[in-house]
Amino acid sequence: MNKTLVIFRHELLVTLKRTSFILVTLAAPLLMLVGYGIYQGVQNWYHPSEAETKTIGYVDQAGGFDQYTDLGATFVRYPDEEGARQSLLSGEISEYFVIPSDYVRTGLIVRYTMKRELEPPSQTMVSIRGFLISNLIGGETSTEVLERAKTPIILSSIRLDETGKEIEGQNPFMQFFMPYIFAILLMFSIFFASGYLLQSISEEKESRLMEVLLSSVSARQLLVGKVLGLGAAGLAQIVLWVVSFWILVDVALAKIPALSTASMPPGLLVLALVYYVLGYLLFAVIMAVLGSIGTTARESQSWSSIVALSAMLPMFFLNVIIENPNHAISVVFTLIPTTSSVTAMMRLPTEGIPAWQLVLSLALLIAAIFFCMWAGAKIFRACLLMYGKRPSLSEIARYIREA
Amino acid sequence: MNRDSRAVEVLKVSKHFGDVEAAKDISFEVESGEILGLIGPNGAGKTTVIRMLMEIIKPDSGDVRILGEPLQEATKNKIGYLPEERGLYKKLTVVDTLSYLASLKGTSGSATRQRATLLLERTGMLPHQHKKIEELSKGMSQLIQFIATILHDPQLVILDEPFYGLDPVNTRLLKDMVSELRKQGKTIILSTHMMNEVEELCDRILMINKGRSVLYGNLSEIKARYRTNSVFISADGDLGQVDGVLTTKDHGTHQELLLDGKTSPQKVLASLVNRNVTVNRFEVATPPLSEIFIQVARGQSE
Repeated sequence: MNKTLVIFRHELLVTLKRTSFILVTLAAPLLMLVGYGIYQGVQNWYHPSEAETKTIGYVDQAGGFDQYTDLGATFVRYPDEEGARQSLLSGEISEYFVIPSDYVRTGLIVRYTMKRELEPPSQTMVSIRGFLISNLIGGETSTEVLERAKTPIILSSIRLDETGKEIEGQNPFMQFFMPYIFAILLMFSIFFASGYLLQSISEEKESRLMEVLLSSVSARQLLVGKVLGLGAAGLAQIVLWVVSFWILVDVALAKIPALSTASMPPGLLVLALVYYVLGYLLFAVIMAVLGSIGTTARESQSWSSIVALSAMLPMFFLNVIIENPNHAISVVFTLIPTTSSVTAMMRLPTEGIPAWQLVLSLALLIAAIFFCMWAGAKIFRACLLMYGKRPSLSEIARYIREA
Repeated sequence: MNRDSRAVEVLKVSKHFGDVEAAKDISFEVESGEILGLIGPNGAGKTTVIRMLMEIIKPDSGDVRILGEPLQEATKNKIGYLPEERGLYKKLTVVDTLSYLASLKGTSGSATRQRATLLLERTGMLPHQHKKIEELSKGMSQLIQFIATILHDPQLVILDEPFYGLDPVNTRLLKDMVSELRKQGKTIILSTHMMNEVEELCDRILMINKGRSVLYGNLSEIKARYRTNSVFISADGDLGQVDGVLTTKDHGTHQELLLDGKTSPQKVLASLVNRNVTVNRFEVATPPLSEIFIQVARGQSE
């Protein structure tokens, strides 16, 4: 068997059997499930009280507000405030409001309630609005116009391209949430993979295994085998998460309407996958090399967070990238290898990426991976046997030249 | 000397780390089927030389040939290397460790498993084969490391301080196994700072001090060269005056007779036997390697 394959298989199996790996892998779907449960619980607990028809009292000092008293809530008229207040205190009504005599001019309504609340419940507001509008213009117009006056706009926006054709796949969820989800998924993968790689390499360094390994395989075989093996373990984890997320979404479809129309054209999905794998590979190689440079796991960890931060950089410019995909920042981030995959994750589902940027960015990313593999193997080889001494930058440059 | 019979050829290799010359113009050869002792004190440069053989460190200058050619990835499968800096995966079991390390040498399957069982049996480690490495004692994991080194049946075995930290019983066990490897025709390089430990094993030695080769050759020839011209004797009764003996030193259990250089040890023994002295022990004194090293090192620094 090819030795790279032997290392790949070993690293994959050892990681899959690791207790911490299994725990983290199972914890994420469980958390999602708990989160969904809480969401459901809140919904169920919140809705019934809303669904009940409230009895709302009112005092009409302006006059004329005496029809349409059954609109989402039952409106009970009181001749004076004293009576309304008594009914509120005795619990006959849940609240009351006063329509002052100059209401038509000022629009001012005074509402009295015994509940502690941040703002008036939206359902109550809708009912009161409807009651007021109906009584104001109910007599003067048709039922249809009255209904329209209560709900004057149900918006549907359509974007046109340069030729005037409609652009399909308009979906607020696609535009704003898919980019988030993809980018966050990639970043999670990068963080986890770096964790496993750093752990594995510093473990081999600390337990003095490196010389035994290097007397059997080349540094390149070791690096590639490790990156792919641990990468595959990380991917398995992500796939499991995505699948469990998908199942959950299936369950949640009816409950969260925005999710039901979310879909992605297959071409884009393939591109997103390509970016995902390439971006992941680049960071995995960088992390492995960092793991070999640091003398302790802790030291490597702090270095790796700096690199991981560069992957997060596009997240800080999320608004610019999503709302203005052709901005210079978006283009630059699409081309720089360390930021390109996360940026592409954000741009692909919304606007797409112009062909020249796409080709150039993928080419640069692949070139960067090969460069890091090449230079990394040399640094890796030179640093693996250094115990207790971290090489300086000039030394690292020398390793790349000499080895 | 047949060129093919050389397992290792090293020609004038040098390596320095910063200002320190870890190796300077070191040349030596290892014949197929022999044990070469690479000896010298701590920090002499033994490990540097071995790492250059394994291409773990690249020499600044000089040439290394292993099994007839510069070291290649494929050649690594024919070498068993026990480094001085050694360890194992703590969480892996003994059998998993052995099968993984063997598969990195390109061997796997039932033949390898059988050989592993045989070696575990030989070292008394068979009952522990399903334990994790972290559950083993230090000596036990050293034995596992040794098994991993020779499991893939290598032609060339390089052992860097193999006895370090072992108790006398396991040291004996390992020495016996090294002798067996030699009988099987394997070539062995044995590096150690405990010079007297390996005298019995080595055919030839390369002595290194401060990065330089100070003594190289057949072990018995070297010992003969550094003979001090004296004999050890323990006998009943008083020896009295013996012809050809300059002085007598009493060591308690035995005496050392310094000869005049013209009389051979045989003649001295003959004259003692003729005088009916009961001789319990008679030995031509050869200094132990550590003594030779001290002499050589003193000569080097002068």
